[in-house]
Amino acid sequence: MTLILAVCLFVLSGASLFVGVIDIEPASLMTGDARQWEIFILSRLPRLLAILCTGVGMSVAGLIMQQLCMNKFVSPTTGATISSAQFGILLALLFMPGSTLWGRAVFAFITAILGTWIFVWFIQRIRFKDVVMVPLVGIMFGNVIGGVTNYLAYKYEMTQALSTWLVGHFSLVIKGRYEIVWLVVPLVILAFLFANHFNIVGMGKDFSKNLGVHYNFVLIMGLTIAAMITASVVVVVGSISYIGLIVPNVVAMFKGDKIRGTLVDTALFGAIFVLVCDMIGRVVIMPYELPIELIIGILGSIIFIALLLYRLQHGRKAVRLGGAGTSGCAAAVSHVGGGEEK
Amino acid sequence: MIIEKLTKKYDGKAVVDSVSFEIPKGKVLSLIGPNGAGKSTVMGMISRLIAQDAGLVAFDGKDIAKWKSKELAKRLAILTQTNNIQMKLTVRELVAFGRFPYSGGRLNEEDEELIDKAIEYMELEEFEDRFIDELSGGQRQRAYIAMVIAQDTEYVLLDEPTNNLDIYHATNMMKIVRRLCDELGKTVVLVLHEINYAAFYSDYICAFVDGRIAKFGTVEEVMTKENLSEIYHVDFEILEIEGKPLSIYY
Repeated sequence: MTLILAVCLFVLSGASLFVGVIDIEPASLMTGDARQWEIFILSRLPRLLAILCTGVGMSVAGLIMQQLCMNKFVSPTTGATISSAQFGILLALLFMPGSTLWGRAVFAFITAILGTWIFVWFIQRIRFKDVVMVPLVGIMFGNVIGGVTNYLAYKYEMTQALSTWLVGHFSLVIKGRYEIVWLVVPLVILAFLFANHFNIVGMGKDFSKNLGVHYNFVLIMGLTIAAMITASVVVVVGSISYIGLIVPNVVAMFKGDKIRGTLVDTALFGAIFVLVCDMIGRVVIMPYELPIELIIGILGSIIFIALLLYRLQHGRKAVRLGGAGTSGCAAAVSHVGGGEEK
Repeated sequence: MIIEKLTKKYDGKAVVDSVSFEIPKGKVLSLIGPNGAGKSTVMGMISRLIAQDAGLVAFDGKDIAKWKSKELAKRLAILTQTNNIQMKLTVRELVAFGRFPYSGGRLNEEDEELIDKAIEYMELEEFEDRFIDELSGGQRQRAYIAMVIAQDTEYVLLDEPTNNLDIYHATNMMKIVRRLCDELGKTVVLVLHEINYAAFYSDYICAFVDGRIAKFGTVEEVMTKENLSEIYHVDFEILEIEGKPLSIYY
């Protein structure tokens, strides 16, 4: 399955490089057409890399948050991380009008981390019995932060400047303006190294202590990684919702919750999902472009509702597609997962 | 393991009040008592899950709070009923976590062997690759015990292991507890509600009332008509079955 995903991603990446208003042909690149190369290096390649980092980053951030919060509906969107990062960008625009991308990123990192910590601290204090309450509280908390952001933006006439970061899109991604998103790569590697710790913390506090894992330390570290990934994406492309929610859930349906076994697939699937949505957005009203947030919003909410209906119909136990008939297949899949560990 | 004057207060009220006892090595000890008597809190404190307000838990001659978390995890295992049961891990993945204090995420050959043995010991081979959220309560409990066996500790602490299990699975669980002690030589401490399980399957009983120890002794010493009536405030009769004192209450 991992191999199929990887091949899909590779083919789609290649296709993505040659979709756009200005026709770029592999043949003329080979002959060394200077103008075509310029567009390729300045725009197409950065765009592809930004898309890949976004897809990988947001889905891995969602995976980590879902594990640590023990709730399948928590994600950077429903955990107030994205809105906190946007708030940080606004603060940067207000207090440091001449700030560079890096300056804004620092603000976004700090607010995203703080916002996520506060959300998780809150849900741990309240101890909701109902799983749906947790994301609801997150959405409300996110809306409160979003409200404050909007209020300040109106007051200081910043709405237009801020709108770039409210609706995610890749059209402004060009060389020299997007490199922060590369931070996703080391952060995802870090997440992979601590995958087992996240799994154990996801089993509960007593469970972690029994195995000698420092619950609070791992929790805070994991949330910080997820928040930093999210912030580095938001600073470059703006808000991209749903990926962190849907991608980990879909992958977990097939492969379970052992992070070491699912992280690579989650990352690949996330990248494919964003790549496909971006290509749709670029093609439907050519030569114009729809913001990716719009496409993902539509596709994402449809998949999300399908997920909810599926869970309601089949109960908690049958989240794995196909039920009893495919148990052999699932067993084989988890064997593959076990093999990778060794 | 020695417990001295252990105290825990919630909102100024002592839930556990100056409790002292010693855990007999290589035996099964059951903590019993009415609801709210503090037995689970005591269990939490001797397994470093809950911090005490006063008193000392000495494990192998050293304050339990001063032990390195990972080192302690190789000597003492605690199983509570608070685990996230929605996690889609396979039985084998769960049992493998028992090796975490030894080798982190990287399992070596010895780890794999111990995991195999633990799964075999709990007769879980056919469920090895099933997700734990698809198992019955009894099977899942056995999977957790297998993890504890893979953790390979001298002390095993179980908080209400028969909770939510039917008579068949609860009895099986108690037989497993006995085997952990007799075959694998572990010291087992349990919190139990069902006093006859405590009487039939343990060596020692510690009875709590209102945060204090009401009785501590061998099963025969504690399981008398007078003691039990005093602890639970209902009438008891004691019968002897297979040489064990079992109680009838009405």
